[in-house]
Amino acid sequence: MEQSSLLLFLRRMFRRKLVLVAFVVLCAIMLMALLAPWIAPHEPTTIRVVRRLKPPSELNWLGTDEFGRDILSRIVYGARASLGIGLAVVLVSMTVGTLFGLMAGYFRSLDGIIMRVVDALMALPDILLAIFLVAVLGASAFNVVLALSIVYTPRVIRVVRASTLVIRELPFVEAARALGVSTRRILSVHILLNVASPVLVQATFIFAYAVLAEAGLSFLGAGVPPELPTWGTMIASGQQYADQAFWVVLFPGLAIVLAALSLQVVGDGLRDMLDPKLRKAL
Amino acid sequence: MWLKLGRRLGSLVIVMFLVATMVFFLTRLAPGDPAALMLGDQATAEDIARLRQVYGLDKPILVQFILWLKEIATGNLGQSIFLQRPVIQAIAERAEPTFFLALFSVSVAALVGIPAGIASAVWRGRLVDQIVSGLAMLAANIPSFWLGLIFIQLFAVRLGWFPVAGYGEPGAPFMERVLHLALPATVLGIVNSALIVRFTRASMLDVLSEDYVRTARSKGLSEVRVVLRHAFGNALVPIITVVGLTAALLVGGAIVTETVFGLPGIGNLVVSAVLRRDYPVIQGALIVVAGIYVLINLLIDIIYTFVDPRVRY
Repeated sequence: MEQSSLLLFLRRMFRRKLVLVAFVVLCAIMLMALLAPWIAPHEPTTIRVVRRLKPPSELNWLGTDEFGRDILSRIVYGARASLGIGLAVVLVSMTVGTLFGLMAGYFRSLDGIIMRVVDALMALPDILLAIFLVAVLGASAFNVVLALSIVYTPRVIRVVRASTLVIRELPFVEAARALGVSTRRILSVHILLNVASPVLVQATFIFAYAVLAEAGLSFLGAGVPPELPTWGTMIASGQQYADQAFWVVLFPGLAIVLAALSLQVVGDGLRDMLDPKLRKAL
Repeated sequence: MWLKLGRRLGSLVIVMFLVATMVFFLTRLAPGDPAALMLGDQATAEDIARLRQVYGLDKPILVQFILWLKEIATGNLGQSIFLQRPVIQAIAERAEPTFFLALFSVSVAALVGIPAGIASAVWRGRLVDQIVSGLAMLAANIPSFWLGLIFIQLFAVRLGWFPVAGYGEPGAPFMERVLHLALPATVLGIVNSALIVRFTRASMLDVLSEDYVRTARSKGLSEVRVVLRHAFGNALVPIITVVGLTAALLVGGAIVTETVFGLPGIGNLVVSAVLRRDYPVIQGALIVVAGIYVLINLLIDIIYTFVDPRVRY
């Protein structure tokens, strides 16, 4: 039974070919990040000044950067940092956001305070809030994760709160309460399981935003240290050579677009799949 | 109406108070003593102590906070550490490029996004719809700074149609400013059009299945008139919201694009303030940007009442 419902889920999800393609691309990028040391054709940090700014060739498929480092290898390794940071942001903002969202939606007394703070955080553009937080906390991979988590948690809170408000009034919650189920259990089992699908959809979107935002922060010099190869730092350090060697900027950017786009398409597929209202319309 | 508007203003004040609180206390998390930072490496202990007194940094933090709030409430955002002038003045000097960039970008986004959204709703599920939705999805996932760099290479460096960067000489004619803003506004417009496409499409789809649209059609009105007047007119509220919010977010959200194109706007000011740890400027810019955001939100709500008489305050 379990297996057939999973199969049905996957069949529905991948009915749109584009979603399937995006999912495959996403898996490929993730695998690339995981297996970087085995896939990368060169060492990402080996400097070979004689081969600096060489165009794509048989030796360096995507060309070399200003230090003669192989761009393809750096993109492969960069996937680790870029996706790792994105994933960490997703995990932190999901956990914290779900917790506060449940509280805001379930306890009327907390709703006002939590939502006003959410409003205040959302009154600042993502990248502006992020750059401020990184400036205050100091530029490091850990602080970039922290800053971006603070930026994206309010979105999760909003989604979870909205769903909780609806679910709280449904008969099965009332029944659970009448049976003497503790508030904690109602929240952590009965309601949490029912807000899981909108949260999951939001997770894929936040993953995409976080990958884009990390690149933006690195580009501004307010992200991870420039020695760490991420797609953002590659573009940042390559931009002054764009006149002579466009590939230095082009390919890391394409990696960002590909990763963010496939996350977004998979998220869209999930949403269409999980939203009963949309499912009918399709 | 006045009561509701009053309540709305009340919550606006609360949100701004929370923004200010957040900005103040988060800034204090920063390592290092602000006074020592201002004076640099050469400062003696007495210098630092004196400056701490001048800025009230020797008082308890809550007292400092209340004093700071008082200053902000009267429009004084403090003194920039590096620029030797009041923060509010520094922001005002940088406001023009940011204002026009936001205005032009939103115009581009709306001019591209609204017709595309209408078309994909009218021809729902057809090729047009698929192409528009696909392009919108793509646009939303392009990093604006990267697209900016590519556009600079293509249209400024290789083709030479536009200036590579900057905002022109001081006192340059307006047309030259427009030329400098064309590329950055196009980049930001494209990247931000995706949300407008989505909202327009969804809103049009809702309206197109209404009875009055069928009535309009059965009266024998032309399809163009049905779509543009009867349907679009009624689909406007969410579209105005999303266009307004895009404009609001662009005021502070164009940081990266301003940096790429070397535009001397508020975003550029913030980035250099961050790199120099000029906290008063960062704080001031955050408060101004948040203030503009909540004000535009209020404005959108007021516009509703004109567009849709059913919305009442």
